[in-house]
Amino acid sequence: MTTRSDMRAARGLRESATFDRATIADIRRAAETGVYDIRGGGSKRRLPHFDDLLFLGASMSRYPLEGYRERCGTDVVLGARYAENPLHLDIPVTIAGMSFGALSGRAKEALGRGASAVGTSTTTGDGGMTNEERRQSKTLVYQYLPSRYGMNPDHLRMADAIEVVLGQGAKPGGGGMLLGQKITERVAEMRTLPVGIDQRSACRHPDWTGPDDLTIKIQELREITDWKVPVYIKVGASRTYYDVKLAVHAGADVVVVDGMQGSTAATQEVFIEHVGIPTLAAVPQAACALRELGVEREVQLIVSGGIRTGADVAKALALGADAVAIGSAALIALGDNDPDYAEEYEQLGSAAGFFDDYQDGRDPTGITTQDPELQKRLDPETAGRRLANYLQVMTMEAQTIARACGKSHVNHLEPEDLVALTVESAAMAKVPLAGTDWIPGGAVGHH
Amino acid sequence: MSTAIDTLIFDLSTTTLREANQALHAEDLTGEVLITNPRGAHAVAAGVDAEVQITVEGHVGYYAAGMNKHAAITITGNAGVGVAENMMSGRVHVQGNASQSAGATAHGGMLVIDGDAAARCGISMKGVDIIVGGSIGHMSAFMAQSGRLVVRGDAGEALGDSIYEARLFVRGEVSSLGADCIPKPMSQEHHSELRELLDAAGYSDDDTRDYTRYGSARRLYHFRVDNAASY
Ligand SMILES: Cc1cc2nc3c(=O)[nH]c(=O)nc-3n(C[C@H](O)[C@H](O)[C@H](O)COP(=O)(O)O)c2cc1C
Repeated sequence: MTTRSDMRAARGLRESATFDRATIADIRRAAETGVYDIRGGGSKRRLPHFDDLLFLGASMSRYPLEGYRERCGTDVVLGARYAENPLHLDIPVTIAGMSFGALSGRAKEALGRGASAVGTSTTTGDGGMTNEERRQSKTLVYQYLPSRYGMNPDHLRMADAIEVVLGQGAKPGGGGMLLGQKITERVAEMRTLPVGIDQRSACRHPDWTGPDDLTIKIQELREITDWKVPVYIKVGASRTYYDVKLAVHAGADVVVVDGMQGSTAATQEVFIEHVGIPTLAAVPQAACALRELGVEREVQLIVSGGIRTGADVAKALALGADAVAIGSAALIALGDNDPDYAEEYEQLGSAAGFFDDYQDGRDPTGITTQDPELQKRLDPETAGRRLANYLQVMTMEAQTIARACGKSHVNHLEPEDLVALTVESAAMAKVPLAGTDWIPGGAVGHH
Repeated sequence: MSTAIDTLIFDLSTTTLREANQALHAEDLTGEVLITNPRGAHAVAAGVDAEVQITVEGHVGYYAAGMNKHAAITITGNAGVGVAENMMSGRVHVQGNASQSAGATAHGGMLVIDGDAAARCGISMKGVDIIVGGSIGHMSAFMAQSGRLVVRGDAGEALGDSIYEARLFVRGEVSSLGADCIPKPMSQEHHSELRELLDAAGYSDDDTRDYTRYGSARRLYHFRVDNAASY
């Protein structure tokens, strides 16, 4: 079969690697509209990632564990450093913070149902806590964000943990955004905003700046909740080594590091693709910071940004994470980018498998929308069951790998179990290039 | 001050802040509470959710009366950063000066500051009423969403930058207005609104005609290429 691109090549037509078709379309769009592109999703370019790592299974020098017969634990305790009631999760895969507003109430409910079914936590987002998610989530983490939309001390007291958000991997240094079509009456009321405006939220917290202030802020949150629940700090991956150290000093029980592949509900494309570092580069920096402070395992590390499979989970854990968080993958499990809606995606100028216009509010699957009709397409029970299935598969995949490496708990995986496929990933992950003992690049803390 | 027999007293030179705050979170808390020797402690009387009267004798650090609900809290000295931040209801009265971000993101209730308030007073306010006896610093009422801010003195630079629907009343000079914040005429409704606020804060002698109202021009409510310079 000759394709059109074969025919073009035969005629000597060559597409520019610099000005490829997507770039040309972007320039044309900017020239026509005069505004930058805002979209959802995460970085779409190819980046060094967990795919570039491989596990060294056990054989002679280490012996593996039997599948199904020999136990391989997956549970994790989060937040025991200062909190009276740390979280006990059955699996090390949690649901990342996604705002009601960006997501429909039913999508939030589905996340709660799915996560609770397999014993893990969900997280609120910019815009506050909804009844749907509190009711359905056995373990709910309450985000404390710069905008403080819907920030309510009653919700703080109802939460199982508090996550102070400094940034997201998709946009370290950026604030939230929610476009007018999604600011319905309910969303507007929760956020104290006029209906239908294009909301731009702050990127800095209104009542503290810098790590010393944050220490005092965390003290306040603990005083208000009587030191009962864990306090997380979430940072977008950039100067991760230093940020994690400062987070620990500020009194975090748990540090969440979100790499640049991490999704967002709505951000400038230029931000998503050009600010922040890949998840792979961030995890060893975070782990090193915790190790140097002597709080490895005492302060837990949650890693997010592009986690898709049990292999990704296992690799993140091996590099030093205690748990991971997923956003995009959870939405896909609920039904995002469903090929059944191929035609409707085309009508929106997108395609199933490509859709990232979460900001637009016309998501045919009813997940990233506030449209009352579209929302009805998502059945929270069915979608919740799909998510539970997916989380279970991920967990079993991670266990499969852990057993192959001879570990009786997934958190026993270690960097020594890994090698890298490329020089870049070897340097970032600080594991040797496969077949060599070569780890390129300097030590984490000294750059 | 004289204290009633049933006044609960916490001396922070002998009681830990944690004990005091925990006691203030008791479900059936009522009556009067006196907190002495705060000595600049942070988060004093934070997270109270009860119809009580609390007097803090002295100066407090950051986030005093943070997230207050229902309580009437008086601080006889100065307050540090973020006093009454995210208050939901009740009343917080600072008899001295307040540092930055006073009343930040507060959703309801009333914050009265007899002295001056530093930068970012009423930042991101979401329904609270703030009355400042003196002047306020720069970037005050930044992204103020709802509620009212009354300033009897002057306001620093960039007042009301990116303001939404909050209403600002300033008696003195405003160094400069932030993006999308403009002076607006005072109708009868605004005069009586301001009158009520001044009366409630104990400034009944003020003439509302000496005040200017400021609010949103609502030009930044939608992304438009022509507004690029303001983003
Ligand atoms: C629809 C959507 C909404 C989001 N909302 C928030 C939010 O409110 N607060 C936040 O910290 N992160 C938010 N995020 C980012 C996620 O918490 C998380 O960092 C990211 O999705 C992880 O990367 P992944 O999507 O590759 O799994 C959102 C992501 C999506 C897809």
